Amino acid sequence: MPDSPSDRLATATPSGVARTIRGLSDRTIAWIFVAPTIFLLLAINIFPLIWTIRLSFTNYRVNRPNADVEWVGLQNYQRILNDPDVWATMQATAHFLIWTIVLQVLIGFALAWLINRKFKGNDLWTTIIVLPMMLSPAVVGNFWTFLYQPQIGLFNTVVGYLTGAAPDSFSMIGDVALAPWSIVIVDTWMWTPFVMLICLAGLRSIPDSIYEAAECDRASAWRQFWTITVPMVLPFLMLAVLFRGIENFKMFDLVVQLTGGGPGNTTTLTAIDLKREAFERWRTGYASAYAVILFVTVFGLASIYVKALNKVKER
Amino acid sequence: MSYSVTEPSKPQKWIAGLLVAAYGIITILPLLWIISTSFKSQNDAIAYPPEVFSEFTLGGYVNLFTTQTRQSAEALEANPPETWYDEIVHERGMAIVGPSRFGERFMNSVIIGFGSTFLSVFLGTLAAYAFSRFRIPLKDDLLFFILSTRMMPPIAVAIPIFLMFRGLGLSDTHAGMILLYTAVNLSLSVWLLKGFIDEIPREYEEAALIDGYTRFQAFYKVVLPQAATGIASTAIFCLIFAWNEYAFAVLLTSGNAQTAPPFIPTIIGVTGQDWPAVAAGATIFLVPVMVFTILLRKHLLRGITFGAVRK
Repeated sequence: MPDSPSDRLATATPSGVARTIRGLSDRTIAWIFVAPTIFLLLAINIFPLIWTIRLSFTNYRVNRPNADVEWVGLQNYQRILNDPDVWATMQATAHFLIWTIVLQVLIGFALAWLINRKFKGNDLWTTIIVLPMMLSPAVVGNFWTFLYQPQIGLFNTVVGYLTGAAPDSFSMIGDVALAPWSIVIVDTWMWTPFVMLICLAGLRSIPDSIYEAAECDRASAWRQFWTITVPMVLPFLMLAVLFRGIENFKMFDLVVQLTGGGPGNTTTLTAIDLKREAFERWRTGYASAYAVILFVTVFGLASIYVKALNKVKER
Repeated sequence: MSYSVTEPSKPQKWIAGLLVAAYGIITILPLLWIISTSFKSQNDAIAYPPEVFSEFTLGGYVNLFTTQTRQSAEALEANPPETWYDEIVHERGMAIVGPSRFGERFMNSVIIGFGSTFLSVFLGTLAAYAFSRFRIPLKDDLLFFILSTRMMPPIAVAIPIFLMFRGLGLSDTHAGMILLYTAVNLSLSVWLLKGFIDEIPREYEEAALIDGYTRFQAFYKVVLPQAATGIASTAIFCLIFAWNEYAFAVLLTSGNAQTAPPFIPTIIGVTGQDWPAVAAGATIFLVPVMVFTILLRKHLLRGITFGAVRK
């Protein structure tokens, strides 16, 4: 029965649009598939970036739309690079960046090494340890201000219990000397699992046969660790540092909710300072120049680092 | 008993297990504290020293979802509580006058999260398929360009996006935030999905093409079902990012399209910060992500490294 309605429908369908699609070459399909992505990224990433660069040479202010916009050349850049406050935020960022990376690499690698001892239940514990990493930094950061409360906070109580200090004798986010460490602690708590997971993948990629060969050559455990384990995991570790470095250079949400940049300017990281210039002081042109400097720094450092990473991989 | 040099000894395993478990308990403690605080009364939450087990109450959740006013004793007596949540509020000498904004904010998070996830996975799958299967001029450069958009600090592009959205009437709208999050997530979805599609043997499609399928048919009848797991886990990663995002949300939304992350820290009670209500909001907001993380654990590493590390 070739004449049933469904059959007629079936033979009728591949006309019009369908025939056009059928006729498309692979090349055309490739462009149709890629174009929307590229277009959206150009519109929402590259176009704004170019606009930022243009604004950075002007004295434009968003809150004064009717004022004359003057072309000021490199003046914004000069003012930023000569501003001691900007250098103070750079220093705060460097402190945050270096210590979070050092702690996360040490703890993350140690945890990965321990988990790789393949004890019973290591999957379960890995899953538990990984949880903080996936959560909203702003919501979690906000709750940590509660844990850091001098008298009633869980953190102060536990630290007080362990060290014998009175829980209300120190304030992690209120004290100028402790505040920079308060953000390092929370970031380390959140992101150590990230480094750990990557190290674990590195450790698991080392074939057993290498260790077996080393054992035949009577290499000590210590020597095996430094000549096999560390060099084999190093490319993975460097990748983890790259990701954490870029993320923490941009750090905003967690710290803004945790300390708000205070007390004073002790935890005002660059991104927080930039937000104040752009959306509180409304110095749009100045903030744009600031943004360009920040982006060039991230991009430049990341490129140099990727080159180094590739060299390590080649070895 | 067979002896292997790579198998750790029994005591080694025990010590390693204990150390990891100790770290695990420390790391999970703040999260358990959020959940337990959400079931405490406001006084118990700020007790000194901190209480591990307090009287169980849903007061935090009631405060989270409602707005209340203080009532005189006579007014309270004249209007006896009708529901369990009325009763909780009554006991504190208050009355519910309406819903809070949390419900709206949470729904905004759901709409923007799912909307942007659908779009970025849809566009990402098409682009990833093209990058995986076709010869595209400057392919590596295009892929690196897509990845590099993720390096940009949100605040750095927020100024012109703010101006652009204002000009297009997109500021503080769902559509604007969906487009923005889609653009941010595209780098992740293209890179992850390209990895997943690369792993599907080309032979399947080639067989389908020989059988008379068109490219499109081969794509959606052969490749898509094969990539289903990859697409699902990519979608969850995109969803989690959009769900957690704070910087753009706080700068570009206010009354209408604000999502939950900028809202939860602003929850304040009648007498200072209402920590049980904040904790209740955080619990409702964070628990779905914890569940997804547990479901995703096999693909977690791949997702967080943009597909650079595969297990």
